[in-house]
Amino acid sequence: MSKEKIQICPEFYDIMPPEYRDLVEQATYGKEGRGWKDIGQSKELIESHSLCAGCPESMAFRYILASLPNPEDTVMVGSTGCTSLVFPMVAVHNIHSLFGNQNAVASGLKRALSVRFPGRIKDVVVLAGDGATVDIGLDMTLQAWFRQEKFTTICFDNELYANTGGQESGLMRKGFVAKMAPVGKTFDKVRLPEIARESGCAYVVNCTVSKPNLVEKVIRNAVLIAREIGPTYLQLYTPCILEIGKNSMEGLQEMRDSEKPGERFRYYEYVTDSAKQFLADLEAKDKQTAATAIEA
Amino acid sequence: MANELSEVQRSLIGKQNKKGQTYTDPQHLFFEAPRTPAFFTGSEVIKEAIRRASVDVMVAYPITPQSEAAALIGELYAEGYVADYMRGESEFAVMGQCAGAAFGGARVFTTTAGPGTMRAFENFPMWVGSRLPIQVIVTCRGINSPLSIQPDTLEMYFLLGTGMLVWHAETAQDFFDWILKGYIVAEQPDVHLPIAVCCDGFFVTHTKDTVLLTPPEMCLPPYDPYRSPVPCMDMETPPVRMMRDPFVMKSNYISYMTHASWQEETRGACERSRKHTIPMIGGLIEAENTDAEILIVASGTAVSQGREAIRLLEDEGIRVGLVKVKTLRPWPGQEIREATKNAKHIFVPEFNVIGWLAQEVKATIPDNHRVIAGPHVAGGMTMPAEVIVEAIQKALGRHVTTLAGRGS
Repeated sequence: MSKEKIQICPEFYDIMPPEYRDLVEQATYGKEGRGWKDIGQSKELIESHSLCAGCPESMAFRYILASLPNPEDTVMVGSTGCTSLVFPMVAVHNIHSLFGNQNAVASGLKRALSVRFPGRIKDVVVLAGDGATVDIGLDMTLQAWFRQEKFTTICFDNELYANTGGQESGLMRKGFVAKMAPVGKTFDKVRLPEIARESGCAYVVNCTVSKPNLVEKVIRNAVLIAREIGPTYLQLYTPCILEIGKNSMEGLQEMRDSEKPGERFRYYEYVTDSAKQFLADLEAKDKQTAATAIEA
Repeated sequence: MANELSEVQRSLIGKQNKKGQTYTDPQHLFFEAPRTPAFFTGSEVIKEAIRRASVDVMVAYPITPQSEAAALIGELYAEGYVADYMRGESEFAVMGQCAGAAFGGARVFTTTAGPGTMRAFENFPMWVGSRLPIQVIVTCRGINSPLSIQPDTLEMYFLLGTGMLVWHAETAQDFFDWILKGYIVAEQPDVHLPIAVCCDGFFVTHTKDTVLLTPPEMCLPPYDPYRSPVPCMDMETPPVRMMRDPFVMKSNYISYMTHASWQEETRGACERSRKHTIPMIGGLIEAENTDAEILIVASGTAVSQGREAIRLLEDEGIRVGLVKVKTLRPWPGQEIREATKNAKHIFVPEFNVIGWLAQEVKATIPDNHRVIAGPHVAGGMTMPAEVIVEAIQKALGRHVTTLAGRGS
């Protein structure tokens, strides 16, 4: 999309909703080096959300949308769950169709965009919950990776089915008592990051969204590597404070506690050699650009 | 106006694609271009139709009896006639992949059958609600247990409620023409719905028939995704905020009304396809001798068997008319009421155990005691014309002259 496409016809300017006028004037479509620091200084690509007060998923949404390298040419694919309450208010084309089919939809979408826009960047980013990614949609998650489909899969891991009221999920930790796990979950948290590595992902990260600069870095890496090399997978802890008995103010601390050494969301990263080389080249290029800018 | 092209499509007429085929006005391609006879199986006919259909993405998956056709489209991809082709991992995934490609603005094709149709099912109403003009060929086969791969049209009963356009081809010729014409109808802005072009598996897919083909150097103009009544998901149009509150979680009148009116609209779109379909395939039904007191109303290969039965009965001096139902959605209710108004006895032979076509006809016409639901065969059984003859003779209290029911 070129920026001209969102311009408002002058005759209609005064009747356009203010949030759309802001998108045209103050959003960061097409901005080089956009990132989480734009939040507060520009129009965000999320208008509002209907998630619970203090939900870490809402922070994750804001950081991710601020960090996409090319939102003007990115299409997102969601699934059923809390995320599907947010997507209608996101200013990037996005698709919700069924529960669990997100990586199948993204596969078809990426192929269609490649056919229709050869030689142009069209990024596809999947964003779905852990039930969609690991339980009902696991087949399609893995098969997209096996086929080396070139898009990013982001899993908002809140370790349960939040939107339906806190039922057991495959990413729930063992022993946790929940609906449908009345005596505690009897098997271990599914190790999807390792499965992703073995399934052919070029870049895999498991972390929380407590640090916006880290989220920015991994999103950018994941999207750019998916564009050039192969499938990428991010598993981000976005705890459901409601279902684990925390208050609105406690989401951030919950994430910080869970990313300590030895905890479930300690930083884990896997990068293939070719993706490492790609990131090194990218860094060198960024340094060169910065140096040139300083000289100028 | 029916079956209009967009400006973009019109501007491409006469130009060549990368295979050297000429984008041709559909009216010319279908009704004026020279036809050459070929002796092909139904599966090969599907391939020949897709060669001329300017398809962007085809997603394939093996299930009898559509596997051969799905693999043949792979050959077209290898030759460069289809832009992208992949094997999905299940029919549920395949229909999701088709949806993704259609959301992204591609002309999409897939094929399925029997249990595959059933596994895919959650996708079909979603395609409708998302207004994705995907074409799926359904080569019907048994969906019962114990496992059967044989012809049986029960799966079509379920498709009738999805909101898709559902057409039922009788012959390979129907198949060739309707695959191409189906895209033109389904992609009209006031329709813009998925279409299932169905046939009876094996009877059509695996038998050879003479088919009149359009020239291979002519093809349909490509799909224009910017005629869709909903935005194409390619970030080439402004990303609008779709709604202030997502309707999914709201328990209020506005939310209910929104869902209800969209369902009404998609059903309305199916009805609006009539005006595009009638000139394309020569009416939603085809009727012969409807002044006769006895009528056979059928769809698919049951029509062919009905024709043969009519010939046998004619030899006995019994005159029987025929109504071939071509489209089940939109349902040709008015046409069927008109065609059956003189009939005293209406026989509905079907290749399924429940007799869904008879149910539909009964729900459509006055004095529906006239409808005799049957004969039915199922599970792969054939329906010799003699079986229909016998059913008619029995119903008329006549002496049964055929051997079909005698068992030895």
